[in-house]
Amino acid sequence: MTRFLAVTRAELAILKRNRWLFMATLIMVLFALALTFAGSAPTGTLGVDMLTVSVASMTTLSVYLAPLLALMISFDAVAGDMDRGSLALLLSYPAGRGEILLGKFTAHLAALGFAMVIGFGTAGAVAAWFGGAGADSLLALLRLILTSILLGAVFLALGYFLSSLASGATAAAGMSAGLWLVFVVLYDLGLLGAVVMDQGGYFTKTIFPWAMVANPADAFRVWNIAATEGVAMASGMTGAAQALPSWAAPASLLLWPVLAFAFARLAFRRVEP
Amino acid sequence: MTDKALEIQDVSKDRGKTRVLNQINLTVSPGERVALLGHNGAGKSTLIKSILGLTPIQGGQISVGGAAPGTQRARTATAYLPEAVSFHPALTGREQLALFARLSGTKADLSALLERVGLSEAMDRRIGTYSKGMRQRLGLAQVLLGKPSVALLDEPTSGLDPISRQDLYAIIDELAGQGTAVLIASHALTEVEARTDRIAIMRKGVKVADDTLAKLGASAGLPIKLRIRAAQNADAIAQRIGGQRVNGASVEILCDPSEKMEQLRRIAALGDAVADLEMTPPRLEDLYRHYAKEDLQ
Repeated sequence: MTRFLAVTRAELAILKRNRWLFMATLIMVLFALALTFAGSAPTGTLGVDMLTVSVASMTTLSVYLAPLLALMISFDAVAGDMDRGSLALLLSYPAGRGEILLGKFTAHLAALGFAMVIGFGTAGAVAAWFGGAGADSLLALLRLILTSILLGAVFLALGYFLSSLASGATAAAGMSAGLWLVFVVLYDLGLLGAVVMDQGGYFTKTIFPWAMVANPADAFRVWNIAATEGVAMASGMTGAAQALPSWAAPASLLLWPVLAFAFARLAFRRVEP
Repeated sequence: MTDKALEIQDVSKDRGKTRVLNQINLTVSPGERVALLGHNGAGKSTLIKSILGLTPIQGGQISVGGAAPGTQRARTATAYLPEAVSFHPALTGREQLALFARLSGTKADLSALLERVGLSEAMDRRIGTYSKGMRQRLGLAQVLLGKPSVALLDEPTSGLDPISRQDLYAIIDELAGQGTAVLIASHALTEVEARTDRIAIMRKGVKVADDTLAKLGASAGLPIKLRIRAAQNADAIAQRIGGQRVNGASVEILCDPSEKMEQLRRIAALGDAVADLEMTPPRLEDLYRHYAKEDLQ
């Protein structure tokens, strides 16, 4: 029953050896620190501590970075093995396809989690040291880290899904880039356009908030912003989030990884090496 | 239930509108080494993937030690070496083999295995630094994990130098010796000739031959070549017993296997006029050409 851990172990060794873990952690630390210092200006005017502002900035960062880092590891998961010709061999072993996918997912999620904890943790510690932190802002930081890992999990699984559909690793990389663009940039632009056209009508009041949390990246944003008053104030995004019941965003973000993994599993079943 | 380790019955497979496997029958007994020959695209790799359960078949039955292909039991019983296998370049040989050992649930002495295939120096280096032959050796090491009852080797000698090929066949003999049924898909006719018990030839998805080399030779009725080196006058010999002058001093005769002894007696009767005699039975290459090109009824 622990066969998937054998895959996890090998995948972790790969992530460590090819410097992915190091680079991802470094990127997280640098961006988080930069945002913490650059975003510390409004502290006084809003009357919140520096960690709160930092969390608000890092939330915006994570919406882009967590999916990107996740897709960067996962696009290769099936298509890469297929290209190398080692997928057929792997599948000839007694481990099931679900176990192989779960093994990779566990390793990739652990690596992503490590990068998030170190990156956001460092920035949080620096912000708290220089500008103070309360119980509220510490909770917001913890929420940010956990939801970032969840968001990463969604895109890891979506990456496996694409990797199983693609004809090769290069195609999988292209599809992943497209997916990232759609979920993180174009979807929001589309919604924004619709809201502008609608001019405060039925769509804006009723459908828009739900359409927004249906996207995991937006659900992540809403969850983090709605949960803490200070973060909402610092990010200037209160309206949309308040139109929804408080469970909507967490439900979306918790459901997405399960759904995406199920899709990936189905697509992987059809792969013929 | 069955004494065959691998049993393939009437297996057919379509890919789109093309029939890539057509009513294939093949059995391999424990300890038997069977060569599967055929051109590129003859269906060898497809057949192997069907046995592994990696690709569905449209008709017939495959039994691996009594289990259906792709089942847990069948996969546990099978070892596989894919054609031109490659592994993740960031792992070391030992790490890669450890992954396979854990997946198969066998506790093996990995160092000893890697030494056995000649990777003792390289086992802790990244696979990215390996040559093609070294990757093939690593692939072979994972075949030796556990004691498979069926081993499927797809072009195992591709990319290996002559010495490595000999090592490979020594390992295959070892596998067969411990009771593994070995199926080797190959182009390397001359190697397979000496190192397998039976030869199956596939052509466009159809099995056109399946027997021992000797019996294949007999049923193909290919001629035996006799080359006579004349002591003095090759022309005279050619006139007396027929045949063709091939160079200044030799005569070549092609004769049916059934006429072989009679021809030899006639040559012996020539006495001192014959300096030397060489006899070449049909090679696998000739047989292969005969069976793989022969028009199907």
